[in-house]
Amino acid sequence: MSDEKIKKVTIVVSRGSLEGVYPGLIMANGARMEGIEADLFFTFFGLDAIIKDRMNNLKVATVGNPGMRFPNGMPMPTMMGGLPGISAMVTSMMQKEMEEIDIPPVGEFMEMISDAGCGIYACKATVDMFHLTEKDFCPQMNEVITVGEFYEKSAGAQIIFT
Amino acid sequence: MTTKEIAGKQVELDADGHLVNVNDWSDEVAKALALEEEITEINDKHMQVINFMRKEFETSGSVPSIRKITKQSGVNTKEMYSLFPGGPARKAAKIGGLPKPKGWI
Repeated sequence: MSDEKIKKVTIVVSRGSLEGVYPGLIMANGARMEGIEADLFFTFFGLDAIIKDRMNNLKVATVGNPGMRFPNGMPMPTMMGGLPGISAMVTSMMQKEMEEIDIPPVGEFMEMISDAGCGIYACKATVDMFHLTEKDFCPQMNEVITVGEFYEKSAGAQIIFT
Repeated sequence: MTTKEIAGKQVELDADGHLVNVNDWSDEVAKALALEEEITEINDKHMQVINFMRKEFETSGSVPSIRKITKQSGVNTKEMYSLFPGGPARKAAKIGGLPKPKGWI
Protein backbone atom coordinates (compact mmCIF):
# COMPACT_ATOMS: atom_id res chain seq x y z
CA MET A 1 0.00 0.00 0.00
CA SER A 2 1.38 3.36 -1.00
CA ASP A 3 1.70 6.08 1.65
CA GLU A 4 0.31 8.63 -0.75
CA LYS A 5 -3.38 9.03 -0.13
CA ILE A 6 -5.97 9.64 -2.84
CA LYS A 7 -7.02 13.28 -2.55
CA LYS A 8 -9.58 13.69 -5.31
CA VAL A 9 -11.74 11.49 -7.54
CA THR A 10 -14.03 12.15 -10.48
CA ILE A 11 -16.52 9.37 -11.08
CA VAL A 12 -18.17 9.05 -14.48
CA VAL A 13 -21.55 7.31 -14.53
CA SER A 14 -22.40 6.25 -18.08
CA ARG A 15 -25.12 3.66 -17.56
CA GLY A 16 -28.74 4.13 -16.60
CA SER A 17 -29.57 0.79 -15.02
CA LEU A 18 -29.87 0.46 -11.26
CA GLU A 19 -26.73 -1.64 -11.00
CA GLY A 20 -25.01 0.72 -13.43
CA VAL A 21 -25.69 3.78 -11.29
CA TYR A 22 -25.26 2.66 -7.68
CA PRO A 23 -21.55 1.75 -7.70
CA GLY A 24 -20.68 5.30 -8.76
CA LEU A 25 -22.91 6.80 -6.07
CA ILE A 26 -21.53 4.53 -3.37
CA MET A 27 -17.97 5.35 -4.40
CA ALA A 28 -18.66 9.10 -4.43
CA ASN A 29 -20.29 9.00 -1.02
CA GLY A 30 -17.54 6.76 0.32
CA ALA A 31 -14.90 9.18 -0.95
CA ARG A 32 -16.50 12.14 0.84
CA MET A 33 -16.84 10.06 4.01
CA GLU A 34 -13.07 9.54 3.93
CA GLY A 35 -12.31 13.20 3.34
CA ILE A 36 -11.57 12.72 -0.36
CA GLU A 37 -12.75 15.44 -2.74
CA ALA A 38 -15.28 14.00 -5.22
CA ASP A 39 -17.22 14.97 -8.34
CA LEU A 40 -19.81 12.93 -10.22
CA PHE A 41 -20.19 13.31 -13.99
CA PHE A 42 -23.26 11.77 -15.61
CA THR A 43 -23.21 10.97 -19.31
CA PHE A 44 -25.31 9.04 -21.84
CA PHE A 45 -27.95 6.88 -20.10
CA GLY A 46 -26.28 7.62 -16.78
CA LEU A 47 -28.10 10.97 -16.94
CA ASP A 48 -31.29 9.18 -15.90
CA ALA A 49 -29.86 9.11 -12.37
CA ILE A 50 -30.17 12.90 -12.10
CA ILE A 51 -33.35 13.40 -14.13
CA LYS A 52 -36.10 14.22 -11.63
CA ASP A 53 -38.81 12.04 -13.12
CA ARG A 54 -36.57 9.04 -13.78
CA MET A 55 -34.07 8.86 -10.94
CA ASN A 56 -36.33 6.90 -8.60
CA ASN A 57 -37.51 4.51 -11.32
CA LEU A 58 -34.24 2.96 -12.46
CA LYS A 59 -34.39 -0.76 -13.26
CA VAL A 60 -31.95 -3.65 -13.05
CA ALA A 61 -30.86 -4.74 -16.54
CA THR A 62 -31.86 -8.40 -16.63
CA VAL A 63 -31.35 -9.00 -20.37
CA GLY A 64 -27.95 -10.35 -21.36
CA ASN A 65 -26.84 -10.57 -17.77
CA PRO A 66 -25.33 -14.02 -17.09
CA GLY A 67 -24.69 -13.07 -13.46
CA MET A 68 -28.40 -13.19 -12.58
CA ARG A 69 -29.42 -15.77 -10.02
CA PHE A 70 -32.60 -16.86 -8.29
CA PRO A 71 -32.82 -16.03 -4.58
CA ASN A 72 -31.83 -19.63 -3.81
CA GLY A 73 -28.51 -19.14 -5.61
CA MET A 74 -29.39 -21.13 -8.76
CA PRO A 75 -28.24 -19.43 -11.99
CA MET A 76 -31.08 -17.82 -13.94
CA PRO A 77 -31.13 -18.80 -17.64
CA THR A 78 -30.27 -15.62 -19.57
CA MET A 79 -33.34 -15.92 -21.80
CA MET A 80 -35.59 -15.53 -18.75
CA GLY A 81 -34.25 -12.02 -18.25
CA GLY A 82 -36.33 -10.80 -21.16
CA LEU A 83 -39.66 -12.13 -19.93
CA PRO A 84 -42.26 -9.49 -19.00
CA GLY A 85 -42.03 -8.39 -15.38
CA ILE A 86 -38.64 -9.97 -14.64
CA SER A 87 -36.76 -6.67 -14.60
CA ALA A 88 -39.41 -5.08 -12.35
CA MET A 89 -39.36 -8.05 -9.99
CA VAL A 90 -35.58 -8.21 -9.75
CA THR A 91 -35.46 -4.44 -9.26
CA SER A 92 -37.90 -4.48 -6.39
CA MET A 93 -36.03 -7.36 -4.73
CA MET A 94 -32.72 -5.55 -5.06
CA GLN A 95 -34.19 -2.33 -3.68
CA LYS A 96 -35.50 -4.21 -0.67
CA GLU A 97 -32.07 -5.72 -0.02
CA MET A 98 -30.43 -2.32 -0.36
CA GLU A 99 -32.83 -0.71 2.07
CA GLU A 100 -31.92 -3.42 4.56
CA ILE A 101 -28.25 -2.50 4.46
CA ASP A 102 -29.21 1.18 4.66
CA ILE A 103 -28.48 2.21 1.06
CA PRO A 104 -30.97 4.97 0.22
CA PRO A 105 -33.08 5.30 -2.97
CA VAL A 106 -31.37 7.28 -5.76
CA GLY A 107 -33.18 10.58 -5.05
CA GLU A 108 -32.34 10.58 -1.35
CA PHE A 109 -28.80 9.37 -2.06
CA MET A 110 -28.21 12.22 -4.51
CA GLU A 111 -29.30 14.73 -1.88
CA MET A 112 -26.98 13.14 0.66
CA ILE A 113 -24.02 13.12 -1.74
CA SER A 114 -24.64 16.73 -2.76
CA ASP A 115 -24.88 17.83 0.89
CA ALA A 116 -21.61 15.98 1.49
CA GLY A 117 -19.96 18.45 -0.87
CA CYS A 118 -19.70 16.31 -3.99
CA GLY A 119 -20.17 18.17 -7.31
CA ILE A 120 -22.86 16.79 -9.61
CA TYR A 121 -22.45 17.47 -13.34
CA ALA A 122 -24.32 16.54 -16.52
CA CYS A 123 -22.65 15.95 -19.89
CA LYS A 124 -23.47 18.72 -22.38
CA ALA A 125 -23.26 16.48 -25.45
CA THR A 126 -25.79 14.04 -23.98
CA VAL A 127 -28.09 16.82 -22.80
CA ASP A 128 -28.16 18.20 -26.37
CA MET A 129 -28.51 14.79 -27.97
CA PHE A 130 -31.49 13.84 -25.77
CA HIS A 131 -33.04 17.35 -26.04
CA LEU A 132 -33.00 17.85 -22.28
CA THR A 133 -33.19 21.15 -20.43
CA GLU A 134 -32.04 22.27 -16.98
CA LYS A 135 -35.54 21.89 -15.58
CA ASP A 136 -35.51 18.15 -16.28
CA PHE A 137 -32.82 17.67 -13.64
CA CYS A 138 -32.94 17.24 -9.88
CA PRO A 139 -32.02 20.39 -7.92
CA GLN A 140 -28.71 18.84 -6.85
CA MET A 141 -27.35 18.99 -10.42
CA ASN A 142 -24.75 21.79 -10.29
CA GLU A 143 -24.00 22.40 -13.95
CA VAL A 144 -24.16 21.06 -17.49
CA ILE A 145 -20.54 20.89 -18.69
CA THR A 146 -18.59 19.92 -21.80
CA VAL A 147 -15.98 17.20 -21.83
CA GLY A 148 -13.30 19.92 -21.87
CA GLU A 149 -14.69 21.46 -18.69
CA PHE A 150 -14.92 17.97 -17.21
CA TYR A 151 -11.16 17.52 -17.67
CA GLU A 152 -10.52 20.98 -16.24
CA LYS A 153 -12.54 20.17 -13.13
CA SER A 154 -10.81 16.81 -12.82
CA ALA A 155 -7.33 18.33 -12.58
CA GLY A 156 -5.34 16.33 -10.04
CA ALA A 157 -8.12 13.76 -9.66
CA GLN A 158 -8.25 10.06 -10.32
CA ILE A 159 -10.90 9.50 -12.99
CA ILE A 160 -13.10 6.45 -12.52
CA PHE A 161 -15.39 5.37 -15.36
CA THR A 162 -18.39 3.25 -14.49
CA MET B 1 -4.19 -3.48 20.03
CA THR B 2 -2.23 -0.94 22.07
CA THR B 3 -2.53 0.66 25.47
CA LYS B 4 -2.27 4.38 25.71
CA GLU B 5 -2.75 7.05 28.33
CA ILE B 6 -5.64 9.29 27.36
CA ALA B 7 -6.85 12.04 29.67
CA GLY B 8 -4.85 10.56 32.54
CA LYS B 9 -6.28 7.09 32.11
CA GLN B 10 -4.80 3.91 30.60
CA VAL B 11 -7.10 2.79 27.80
CA GLU B 12 -6.89 0.07 25.16
CA LEU B 13 -7.06 1.14 21.51
CA ASP B 14 -7.67 -0.97 18.40
CA ALA B 15 -5.59 -0.80 15.21
CA ASP B 16 -7.64 2.19 14.01
CA GLY B 17 -7.09 4.14 17.22
CA HIS B 18 -10.63 3.61 18.48
CA LEU B 19 -11.41 2.64 22.08
CA VAL B 20 -11.69 -1.11 22.58
CA ASN B 21 -13.92 -0.75 25.60
CA VAL B 22 -16.85 1.67 25.21
CA ASN B 23 -16.94 2.10 28.98
CA ASP B 24 -13.50 3.74 28.96
CA TRP B 25 -15.22 6.73 27.40
CA SER B 26 -15.76 10.00 29.25
CA ASP B 27 -16.05 13.69 28.33
CA GLU B 28 -12.32 14.09 28.92
CA VAL B 29 -11.45 11.10 26.74
CA ALA B 30 -13.73 12.52 24.03
CA LYS B 31 -11.88 15.83 24.16
CA ALA B 32 -8.50 14.13 23.88
CA LEU B 33 -9.65 11.94 20.97
CA ALA B 34 -11.16 14.98 19.24
CA LEU B 35 -7.79 16.73 19.43
CA GLU B 36 -6.19 13.78 17.64
CA GLU B 37 -8.67 14.46 14.83
CA GLU B 38 -7.87 18.18 14.90
CA ILE B 39 -11.21 19.09 16.41
CA THR B 40 -10.28 21.60 19.12
CA GLU B 41 -13.64 22.12 20.71
CA ILE B 42 -16.58 19.82 21.31
CA ASN B 43 -19.86 21.71 21.27
CA ASP B 44 -23.49 20.72 21.90
CA LYS B 45 -23.96 19.64 18.28
CA HIS B 46 -20.99 17.27 18.46
CA MET B 47 -22.44 15.86 21.67
CA GLN B 48 -25.89 15.49 20.11
CA VAL B 49 -24.35 13.24 17.44
CA ILE B 50 -22.12 11.33 19.85
CA ASN B 51 -24.90 10.71 22.37
CA PHE B 52 -27.19 9.46 19.61
CA MET B 53 -24.49 7.14 18.26
CA ARG B 54 -23.62 5.74 21.68
CA LYS B 55 -27.27 5.11 22.45
CA GLU B 56 -27.75 3.34 19.11
CA PHE B 57 -24.63 1.28 19.71
CA GLU B 58 -25.90 0.27 23.13
CA THR B 59 -29.25 -0.90 21.79
CA SER B 60 -28.28 -2.39 18.41
CA GLY B 61 -24.65 -3.36 18.98
CA SER B 62 -23.46 -1.61 15.84
CA VAL B 63 -22.36 1.90 14.93
CA PRO B 64 -25.23 3.66 13.09
CA SER B 65 -24.78 4.70 9.44
CA ILE B 66 -24.51 8.37 8.53
CA ARG B 67 -27.93 8.01 6.93
CA LYS B 68 -29.41 6.93 10.23
CA ILE B 69 -27.54 9.62 12.14
CA THR B 70 -28.75 12.40 9.86
CA LYS B 71 -32.31 11.08 9.84
CA GLN B 72 -32.68 10.53 13.56
CA SER B 73 -30.24 12.61 15.58
CA GLY B 74 -31.48 16.02 14.42
CA VAL B 75 -28.12 16.89 12.83
CA ASN B 76 -28.18 16.99 9.01
CA THR B 77 -25.59 15.86 6.44
CA LYS B 78 -24.10 19.31 5.86
CA GLU B 79 -23.72 19.85 9.61
CA MET B 80 -22.10 16.42 10.00
CA TYR B 81 -19.42 17.36 7.48
CA SER B 82 -18.72 20.69 9.14
CA LEU B 83 -18.69 19.22 12.66
CA PHE B 84 -16.38 16.35 11.73
CA PRO B 85 -14.41 17.56 8.71
CA GLY B 86 -12.83 14.92 6.51
CA GLY B 87 -14.64 11.91 7.95
CA PRO B 88 -18.04 12.49 9.53
CA ALA B 89 -19.03 8.98 10.60
CA ARG B 90 -15.52 7.71 11.30
CA LYS B 91 -14.45 10.71 13.38
CA ALA B 92 -17.73 10.90 15.28
CA ALA B 93 -17.41 7.20 16.12
CA LYS B 94 -13.82 7.60 17.28
CA ILE B 95 -14.54 10.61 19.47
CA GLY B 96 -17.62 8.88 20.81
CA GLY B 97 -15.51 5.91 21.91
CA LEU B 98 -17.11 3.52 19.41
CA PRO B 99 -15.50 1.15 16.87
CA LYS B 100 -14.90 2.25 13.28
CA PRO B 101 -18.21 2.11 11.36
CA LYS B 102 -18.47 -0.93 9.10
CA GLY B 103 -21.52 0.01 7.04
CA TRP B 104 -21.70 0.98 3.40
CA ILE B 105 -23.07 4.43 3.80
